[in-house]
Amino acid sequence: MNASTGHAMFGETPPVRRKLRQEALAQWVFGAMAAAMIVPLLLIVGYLVVRAAPSLNLEFLLEVPKRGMTEGGIWPAFVGTLYLVFLSLAFSAPIGILAAVYLNEYARDNWFNRVINLAVINLAGVPSIVHALFGLGAFVYAARFGYSIISASLTLAIMTLPVIIAATREALASVPRSFREACWNVGATRWQTIWAVVLPNSISGILTGIILEVSRAAGETAPVMFTGVVFFKAVERGDLFPYYLNEQCMALSMHLYTISTQVPGVKESIPFATAIVLLALVLMVNAAAISLRVYLRSRKKW
Amino acid sequence: MVNVPAIEKHIEVTGLRLSYGMKEVLHGISFDIRRHEILGVIGPAQSGKTSLLRCINRTIEFTPGTHVSGTITVDGEDVRKVRDVYALRRKIGMVAPLPVGLPLSIRENVALAPRSAGLTRKGDLDAIVEQCLRQAALWDEVKDRLDSLGTKLSGGQQQRLTIARALSHQPEILCLDEFSIAIDPVTTMRIEEVLKELRHHMTIILVTNLTQQARRLADRTMFLWKGEIVELDTTDVIFSAKPTDPRTRDYVEGVFG
Ligand SMILES: Nc1ncnc2c1ncn2[C@@H]1O[C@H](COP(=O)(O)OP(=O)(O)OP(=O)(O)O)[C@@H](O)[C@H]1O
Ligand SMILES: [Mg+2]
Repeated sequence: MNASTGHAMFGETPPVRRKLRQEALAQWVFGAMAAAMIVPLLLIVGYLVVRAAPSLNLEFLLEVPKRGMTEGGIWPAFVGTLYLVFLSLAFSAPIGILAAVYLNEYARDNWFNRVINLAVINLAGVPSIVHALFGLGAFVYAARFGYSIISASLTLAIMTLPVIIAATREALASVPRSFREACWNVGATRWQTIWAVVLPNSISGILTGIILEVSRAAGETAPVMFTGVVFFKAVERGDLFPYYLNEQCMALSMHLYTISTQVPGVKESIPFATAIVLLALVLMVNAAAISLRVYLRSRKKW
Repeated sequence: MVNVPAIEKHIEVTGLRLSYGMKEVLHGISFDIRRHEILGVIGPAQSGKTSLLRCINRTIEFTPGTHVSGTITVDGEDVRKVRDVYALRRKIGMVAPLPVGLPLSIRENVALAPRSAGLTRKGDLDAIVEQCLRQAALWDEVKDRLDSLGTKLSGGQQQRLTIARALSHQPEILCLDEFSIAIDPVTTMRIEEVLKELRHHMTIILVTNLTQQARRLADRTMFLWKGEIVELDTTDVIFSAKPTDPRTRDYVEGVFG
């Protein structure tokens, strides 16, 4: 083949040029849209940091609110949120994982399991205010846990459960079926197969799903407000275990709402600093999820 | 030891029907497999060869919507009535057509089966691992890296790892489903030599797309077509100029559609 035919075949003709132009334009537009996502985040964070600046220090985190919550720090609310999140996960993670393993590995396709599936999907779509009312009725009154950390965490647990189940199922389903078949062929039981091959290879997805639920649980206001979070609770500065589980507690989301709308004369930077702490908590948890994922991916075995 | 009569039936299949949902893929086939013979199974794609093997070790049950009727007996025992299906599966070594290195170390890939059966002594497990890897002609290549991942082996090595795993629970029956798809001819020959060795203490079902492989190894050969047995006879007859059914000759000679 000589050079001139080569040129004719691969050179730029008007239609080719048009295609290239379209391609470049498309890439630019889509890229710009994706980049635009950064803008709101930067604006939110930037605005908050500027307004919160006078209160942003370690003291603010460790100190308790003072003078009718118009000054001081947010320690009781911060610890309360940690309590609620970890306790709710202690309920929802084991139940969610086991349920997902059942649904994905054991369940046959019959009406009973279809009903369970339907329930999980619909539960995920229930608004949090409805969960709040349910928690009030079920845990506070019916189960007689009263307004307490237990009731609030259980309510959060019910709320996060369907998402944990969905994330876990997805992680389990990503393990190729051929691995399972290879185990079955050598006489391994379903459980041995799950334990030896399926769980170790889906754990990264499962953990990421759970950790992402932390941020949701930390940010919710309505479910905890109805079931166990109060306005104010006197607590020692920096005390790591200030609450009993049958007591009410404070929480960041609720605290932010209170000092922004209910209490007059709050030092101006305090609500913004509270928002920063909440946001930092959530972003840190997300960052942890991402790095865990990256780490486990790097050890991915196939 | 009792002297095993030459034509003792190891596996007996009677009127086996299998359907996936509404689609029947095995239409009531009957045959038997003798102890310590190599039965070659040939037949075009979709004829139900893999499905047949999955009925024998009952892994077909993991596919929803399947319906099996008829009986399969192994050592005179109806497989669908056995109490311990895991023991049944361990009696049968199964090599799937596509290599599956499990995401475990090479050692654990092979030790998985004895471990699930309850063996825990490291010495015993190591002995089994070495023996099976040797039988699968893989030992020399991996003996220095038994703790690296089975999934990082080449396709052909993974296939031999699959064979080693199938041997690891010391099966009495070995089912090979197109085992040489991913292996080069030299290694295939080496494994064929191993099979000739193994047949002295194992019954082997060799499903293969390479008719010549059946010709080289099998004592008897079954030609399965669209879920029915066209012909089952000694390999010499199947590959002779005049098998009973003209379709057999066409298939063996490659005329078949
Ligand atoms: N899991 C399944 N669900 C539904 N149909 C299936 C399934 N597995 C196999 N079949 C169908 O059963 C028939 C026989 O398949 P099978 O895999 O047993 O054939 P085969 O003889 O092993 O073919 P090949 O030589 O291509 O491996 C095919 O028509 C296939 O479509
Ligand atoms: Mg097949």
